[in-house]
Amino acid sequence: MTETLTGLGVSPGRAAGRTCRMAGPPALPGRVPVADPGAELERALGALRATAAELAARAEKASGAEAKAILEAQSFIADDPGLHASVETAVGSGADAAHAIDEACAHHRGELLAAGGHFAERAADLDDIRNRAVATVLGLPVPGLPDPGHPFVLLAEDLSPADTVNLDPASVLALVTSGGGPTSHTAILARARGLPAVVACRDAGEIPDGTWVSVDGLRGEVETGIGEEAADGIQRRAEDARRRPSASSGPGRTADGHPVALLLNIGSAADLGSPGAGHASAARGAGQVDAEGVGLFRTEFLFLDRREAPGHEEQVAAYAAVLRTAPGGHVVIRTLDAGTDKPLPFLGLAEETNPALGVRGLRVSRVRPEVLDAQLDAIAEAARTTGVEPWVMAPMVTTVGEAADFAGRARDRGIARVGAMVEVPAAALRAGRLLDELDFLSVGTNDLSQYAFAADRQHGELADLLDPWQAALLRLVADCAAAGREAGRPVGVCGEAAADPLLATVLAGLGVTSLSMSASAVPAVRESLAAHSLARCREHARIALDADDPAQARRLVAGDR
Amino acid sequence: MPERTVVIASSSGLHARPAKIFVQAAARQGTPVRIRVGDGKPVPANSMLGVLALGATHGTAVTLDAEGPGADEALDALAEVLARDLDAEESAGGNAGGNAGGNVHD
Repeated sequence: MTETLTGLGVSPGRAAGRTCRMAGPPALPGRVPVADPGAELERALGALRATAAELAARAEKASGAEAKAILEAQSFIADDPGLHASVETAVGSGADAAHAIDEACAHHRGELLAAGGHFAERAADLDDIRNRAVATVLGLPVPGLPDPGHPFVLLAEDLSPADTVNLDPASVLALVTSGGGPTSHTAILARARGLPAVVACRDAGEIPDGTWVSVDGLRGEVETGIGEEAADGIQRRAEDARRRPSASSGPGRTADGHPVALLLNIGSAADLGSPGAGHASAARGAGQVDAEGVGLFRTEFLFLDRREAPGHEEQVAAYAAVLRTAPGGHVVIRTLDAGTDKPLPFLGLAEETNPALGVRGLRVSRVRPEVLDAQLDAIAEAARTTGVEPWVMAPMVTTVGEAADFAGRARDRGIARVGAMVEVPAAALRAGRLLDELDFLSVGTNDLSQYAFAADRQHGELADLLDPWQAALLRLVADCAAAGREAGRPVGVCGEAAADPLLATVLAGLGVTSLSMSASAVPAVRESLAAHSLARCREHARIALDADDPAQARRLVAGDR
Repeated sequence: MPERTVVIASSSGLHARPAKIFVQAAARQGTPVRIRVGDGKPVPANSMLGVLALGATHGTAVTLDAEGPGADEALDALAEVLARDLDAEESAGGNAGGNAGGNVHD
């Protein structure tokens, strides 16, 4: 008997296969009195050795050089005689195996953090090892990405960027999470990798491991209880569809030739499929992508997991690599978007009770101005080295004063095209005044939704409020586009809204001049634009702005063909 | 007790690949060797976690000690490893993927 579970479809496509769940970190039960310390020590050390062997086996199979190096280092640490000695000390003072592992890992974690710099960056390895070894001792499922030895549909509560470092697109068929929303990391990752994904699927937590399911990432449906044969058929058709080359190519145009530039959202040169880049996404998405440039180069990846800011040379090299390989030589670089919501250890920001409303994006520059200055220096040098002039924009710009200050700092360094992300409603409401100071705007619909609808991006229960078809969000985009038209300056959309082929016609109708998205979304968006005249797009925009709710907006716009 | 004091030559310090090479070399010695920075607490040289926690960067002077038969040979072998710039050897070998630590993201 089949059953259909519904969630939000966030990355289109079909896939079918057996499910496998990613377990969370094991909870530590109460302390257990130890009768035989010798046997207890052997249990604890056995779990660490098993963890080391498992990590070594994974390193052996890892596809990328980076993932392999991380896993090898972790395997080595799990076998460390110093760690084993600390476990022995803990067992000697009466701890059971699980607590002994926990205490030993905590001890060494503290020592590494105290050493600071690059040394402290290894502290996270001990968390992984601790979670794996404690789960092994307790007989719980081992946390982290599962490896059942066959392709699978990954089930999880939600995925963090760290969870996905080792995600192998050859074995993961689709993502289904019970939490998350349309702009969660899971959704963004899935679109970047071209993996079908359903998020906020409340009942996904009940699906047993090994269940044959089919996933429809467009409709947001997960069908359980299908047979192996049906699953094979769906999977085969899905793979055929993926292999079919895109019928379209060339710049984004409406049916009557109105240009809407199609750009890419990337995190590094690897996302452009540049030679020598071992990034998994290149294999599936960006390899042969036909786009007109990069509309959003997220520079955070250079800064993640760092105890110290990356040095000047390293930054210059990373930016230059993107400037050299970007299609059309057009790149919009976004300066570091971090803060208390996406903490970076080296920034040393205090914890806040409400991080999304706190010191993040450009606001970090109030506390650590030198980080932004160093980044702008590196971008300016990368531009000089490559002869490619990037457009540079700041995240979370809120006031005209902030825009003017940022523009001044960038222009002082010879950066000619300076802009801002519009993610805060206050900025959207003053788009015209911002464009007195800036050369362009780029609307980040993910955060703009979060702030306009007062709904947390990661909140599964509120996902409907974050739907990019919400008329109030589109109204803010329309205001920005109108300001751009008036000033004769480009206003793009770089949030995930730009990746929805039907919504792309609405955005074009609102007057947006470029759409920036994951590589895998470009062909469908291009085809959708090419199928509608500018007049039709404007009609779509009018309908969507007038609709009562997102479902009605979609229905009415889809019916208007 | 025999000792050797050496200045760390590797540019990334006793971290990532250089640390791994050193720890593996220590594990191969027939006798236990300890390592410390200044008057700090000595740690077993065959423990990656202990060695990383020293926080020894390029130019840091570290002291190795060992006891018993074979101590001098072990100390000489390990001092020689520390006095080499293992990062330079890495790039000379063209092995860009061997960095087990610092730069996790590209």
